[in-house]
Amino acid sequence: MNQLKTELVSQRQIAESIYEAIVYNESIDESFKPGQFVHVKAGGGSDPLLRRPISICHVEPKKHLLTMIYRAEGKGTNLLKSEVPGAVIDILGPLGNGFPVDELREGQTAVLVGGGIGVPPLYYLSESLQERGVHVHHVNGFQSKESVFYEEEFKEFGPVTITTVDGSYGESGFVTNQLDFSFDYLFACGPSPMLRALESYRSKGKVYLSLEQRMGCGIGACLACVCHVQGDTTALKYRKVCSDGPVFEAGEVVL
Amino acid sequence: MSRLQIELPGLSLKNPIMPASGCFGFGREYSKFYDLEKLGAIMVKATTAEPRFGNPTPRVAETSSGMLNAIGLQNPGLDEVLHSELPWLSEFDVPIIANVAGSTIEDYVAVSKEISKAPNVHALELNISCPNVKEGGLAFGTVPETAYEVTKAVKAVSSVPVYVKLSPNVTDIVEIAKSVEKAGADGLTMINTLLGMRIDLKTSKPILANGAGGLSGPAIKPVAIRMIHQVSQQVSIPIIGMGGVQTAEDVVEYFLAGASAVAVGTANFVDPYCCPTIIENLPLLLDDLGLYHIDELIGRSWKTEWTLQSSSR
Ligand SMILES: Cc1cc2nc3c(=O)[nH]c(=O)nc-3n(C[C@H](O)[C@H](O)[C@H](O)COP(=O)(O)OP(=O)(O)OC[C@H]3O[C@@H](n4cnc5c(N)ncnc54)[C@H](O)[C@@H]3O)c2cc1C
Ligand SMILES: Cc1cc2nc3c(=O)[nH]c(=O)nc-3n(C[C@H](O)[C@H](O)[C@H](O)COP(=O)(O)O)c2cc1C
Ligand code: FES
Repeated sequence: MNQLKTELVSQRQIAESIYEAIVYNESIDESFKPGQFVHVKAGGGSDPLLRRPISICHVEPKKHLLTMIYRAEGKGTNLLKSEVPGAVIDILGPLGNGFPVDELREGQTAVLVGGGIGVPPLYYLSESLQERGVHVHHVNGFQSKESVFYEEEFKEFGPVTITTVDGSYGESGFVTNQLDFSFDYLFACGPSPMLRALESYRSKGKVYLSLEQRMGCGIGACLACVCHVQGDTTALKYRKVCSDGPVFEAGEVVL
Repeated sequence: MSRLQIELPGLSLKNPIMPASGCFGFGREYSKFYDLEKLGAIMVKATTAEPRFGNPTPRVAETSSGMLNAIGLQNPGLDEVLHSELPWLSEFDVPIIANVAGSTIEDYVAVSKEISKAPNVHALELNISCPNVKEGGLAFGTVPETAYEVTKAVKAVSSVPVYVKLSPNVTDIVEIAKSVEKAGADGLTMINTLLGMRIDLKTSKPILANGAGGLSGPAIKPVAIRMIHQVSQQVSIPIIGMGGVQTAEDVVEYFLAGASAVAVGTANFVDPYCCPTIIENLPLLLDDLGLYHIDELIGRSWKTEWTLQSSSR
């Protein structure tokens, strides 16, 4: 974990309100793992003040490149989208604990389930799993046709099912309607209702979920991002999404 | 003597810069970025008698040049702080200021008595100004009589000097400051956060699960400067100032207002190296201002020519 002044190499819009930014810094290397995130400072001043947590979407360790995909929503991300190549982007990272890639063996099956802006971290995960010889299936859910991204990119690593809530592309409805096959591991990132629905898949295999929470420091110091631990009768135990997570095994924390 | 050295009750500070309570945990995370011995002191997270989970999430919301927080004094409790956090910090040659909170005067007394015995705790900071808990906290800090009582009770049991952290959520901060001085406080720290709220346009509900929260960051700096300017002219105990400090220039402004040391809170989240960077930049800024020692700045915004001359060396 370090503070890096990265250089913006490229930035492009890839779907409605969705941007892909690639940044360069010598320290971007193998230490950046799938499921970890970076804390991005948008703009140089004190408004917006706080950093924005953005997942690691892809890393090219030898070229020292990091890809982030984000939705331009509020003040910070809208400022970020206006940056042009050559701009200095201040990031803190890599932060948190990612997906347990090393646990999986060749020949096992993994299902990667993404919802909306939860899809990006699964891309680097998928590449890493495929390199280990794991069979990877993708189920990525979006609002509508206009918000779909990275379909072709994911196909390089395994079959892809797309769902849209309004049925304008792929299968109509939610990702959870498309999960009736067996797996050894299920990895998911997306909105909380989706993650809650996926908790029950624990009976079918190992399930890991990547959580979102509003953050202050992003490194474990401020206690902004805590969640309760399941089955803890004292209600005093906690995990920090930023430094204990953002990836947790299903059943560990209260969603 | 170093140009940044400051002597305060219980605290011999190699420089007047310290992280503010609640914005630095117990130092573990930031120790991965730099050597904690660079700091003048460390104000650690509020400690209560029993462990507390705090408030539900979301606990933070952003505002223009600031943030709201409603952590709710989450901490591992006195025993854990005494047996794990403070011993870990004792590896570093840096004075610790223990932030103490509670729901009753008895709580404050019990925690203060024990925590002030820890070898690396050089001073206490009585948090009678936390806006994020239902009982205690702010309730003690907004009424002069109760602020007096809790300060006096803690002074009677503490083994180290006692600083009282003042709330800006009052009509007359001078009145509170004077009453804790009268109760025997060795110093003041100010300010804690200002009560605020943000509402989400989509849900039409407050963003923070707690509803209201405490505003911190650059947005509150002028409020803190004004209050320190007022209070420092009315009391004779030293003030550790805080609120929106990000740069060496901010620190100088605090000194000019009347502070003798400065704490950095929210800025740590934005730039983890904020404190050491300020410490490095201060001597350069003193050069620019044509001053040798940082203590020459204290209260310069209101001191008369005569008092300035007689206090400079
Ligand atoms: C671990 C993690 C990984 C993430 N990865 C991605 C990603 O890869 N791509 C992506 O588009 N988004 C991601 N998000 C969500 C992203 O952080 C928010 O969308 C972003 O912070 C919103 O900032 P803004 O300037 O658009 O909004 P504003 O409304 O200006 O934000 C105001 C404040 O609220 C916080 N905030 C608002 N929405 C969220 C949210 N959903 N989660 C956490 N904080 C929020 C902001 O960080 C900021 O402090 C991730 C969140 C987390 C916790
Ligand atoms: C996330 C957070 C947690 C805080 N926790 C405490 C605390 O436990 N005790 C306390 O006295 N002040 C606490 N504060 C207040 C700060 O110590 C400080 O007084 C205030 O934030 C103003 O300084 P700043 O603008 O530099 O952050 C907290 C502030 C923040 C932002
Ligand atoms: S964001 Fe500060 S502890 Fe997680």
